[in-house]
Amino acid sequence: MTKVLMKGNEAIAEAAIKAGCRYFFGYPITPQNQIPEYMSKRMPEVDGTFLQAESEVAAINMVYGASGAGARVMTSSSSPGISLKQEGISYIACAKLPCVIVNIVRSGPGLGGILPSQADYFQAVKGGGHGDYRLIVYAPASVQEAADLVMESFEASDFYRVPAMILGDGMIGQMMEPVEFKAPKKRDLPKKDWAATGWDDKSRKKAVINSLFIEAEKMQDVCIELDKTYQKIKENETLFEEYMMDDAEVCIVAYGTTSRIAKNAIVTARENGIKTGLIRPITLWPFPSDIIKKAASKVDAFLTVEMSMGQMVEDVKLAVNGEKPVSFFGTTGGVIPTPQNIFDELKKIKEGI
Amino acid sequence: METVFEKPKMFNSEKMHYCPGCTHGIAHRLVAEIIEELGMQDRAVGVAPVGCSVFAYKYLECDMYEAAHGRAPAVATGAKRVHPDNLVFTYQGDGDLASIGAAEIVHAAARGENITAIFINNAIYGMTGGQMAPTTLVGQMTTTSPYGRKSEQSGYPIRVSEMLATLEGAAYIERASLHDIPNINKAKKAIRKAFQTQIDKKGFSMVELLSTCPTNWGKTPLDSLEWLKKNMIPYYPLGVFKEVE
Repeated sequence: MTKVLMKGNEAIAEAAIKAGCRYFFGYPITPQNQIPEYMSKRMPEVDGTFLQAESEVAAINMVYGASGAGARVMTSSSSPGISLKQEGISYIACAKLPCVIVNIVRSGPGLGGILPSQADYFQAVKGGGHGDYRLIVYAPASVQEAADLVMESFEASDFYRVPAMILGDGMIGQMMEPVEFKAPKKRDLPKKDWAATGWDDKSRKKAVINSLFIEAEKMQDVCIELDKTYQKIKENETLFEEYMMDDAEVCIVAYGTTSRIAKNAIVTARENGIKTGLIRPITLWPFPSDIIKKAASKVDAFLTVEMSMGQMVEDVKLAVNGEKPVSFFGTTGGVIPTPQNIFDELKKIKEGI
Repeated sequence: METVFEKPKMFNSEKMHYCPGCTHGIAHRLVAEIIEELGMQDRAVGVAPVGCSVFAYKYLECDMYEAAHGRAPAVATGAKRVHPDNLVFTYQGDGDLASIGAAEIVHAAARGENITAIFINNAIYGMTGGQMAPTTLVGQMTTTSPYGRKSEQSGYPIRVSEMLATLEGAAYIERASLHDIPNINKAKKAIRKAFQTQIDKKGFSMVELLSTCPTNWGKTPLDSLEWLKKNMIPYYPLGVFKEVE
């Protein structure tokens, strides 16, 4: 298949269609509007369903209904809208319903602004909603990778019965880049014999899509079961990229849009004698702690760069576990770091080594 | 011996958690009977709410969901859009449907979503211990209106059936009551009509069932039935508010 030039948001929507998603429930919010717009045009062409819900709250509950009925389903929104979806996401996680939730992050807190930000890291990887649950969180750094990860996320979500999140930002969503739609590695997906499809097949149990467990021991059992799945995901689904790490003295940790700016800074740094490399988490949960821990025995220092006041840096510090100094550089509110900003930070670190 | 009455097969032997004298049991039975009479047990998919009927999924022998508070119409929308030939219904109380879920029920009706809502109006929050509901009558005492509901402070009870009947997408809306046998029989007919509306793909249908809550009203089951008749029916008149041919 040849490459086509597409906006990130549109590539995300088309990738979902290509992955067999036939149900989309959304609500307008900038900067993700091209996803529902594209779906509203495209779904009728593939006999799918696009529905503009009355709110993000309703949209995520429609996802609960459609996923519970056995369908591949997606919703998308942006930060404040994702906050509204959190109740539903928690129910979906507990009821073990597969689905894909796209967050094209804008700045915050509050209504914030519409420019690129990575300030929803905590919300995406540390729960967001209530209770003991996780999402598989993918952070694409290009339009191509956004398309690849959307297709992968449907497979992984169906495989583990764990909801997946695509965490992008306005840059990923609005930027145009060439993209090719490549089918992900096929998995041996379990049959959805738990789905509420109408109980005509009495060889299966009555389907109950539920997250209510009033007995303490039963609720604990549910959480233990979920955690067993999460441990498997940690073992098998952690994704990351290493860039120029072979001889690196300083290791930058950055994801998504920021990692691309960091790569530019690394070129400049190396021209100026600062041997710098990059570890780029592609999954934010599970977090690539092991590879960062390994790097800690080789490099002299770490620099975490984010478009936030410092969120992922906490996980980097946990992985490094005090073995080497971990610095942080961040811009937030929609301000995008420049390669020069990052290079200046690297110079400071080099002087301190 | 001749069998004159049987519980519907759609009811399992799970012990119900409802208080003695509560009309939920009657409402559940009517829903189960109608689904059986329509021969739709294998196609029925129910959505339980948050509130007293949160455990409805345990009692009905069909595929079931348990939804977040107020969101049953959105969940039912997702379920129905995936399997349009299933008989999808929500079973919601007044706190769930008329307060926290007001947006979901209004928009499900406005879309003409081809689902059926069974709406239990007992003018109070039951499960949480008798707080004021959007349907609590002016003057009615609850644990959060201990001096009686004051309209100056808390406004007026919502007539959901009348409100939804104004929407183009609503195809069948009726309010019935469970306070005596003739009215229970009328309620059963209303539920049948609502489900038939869905089977005929006419759009959104809802039956509001005036119900009692002896425990939280602080009344005996018999006094509760009488209180419903004397106080609720004058404010919540019975009848068909919308019927699309």
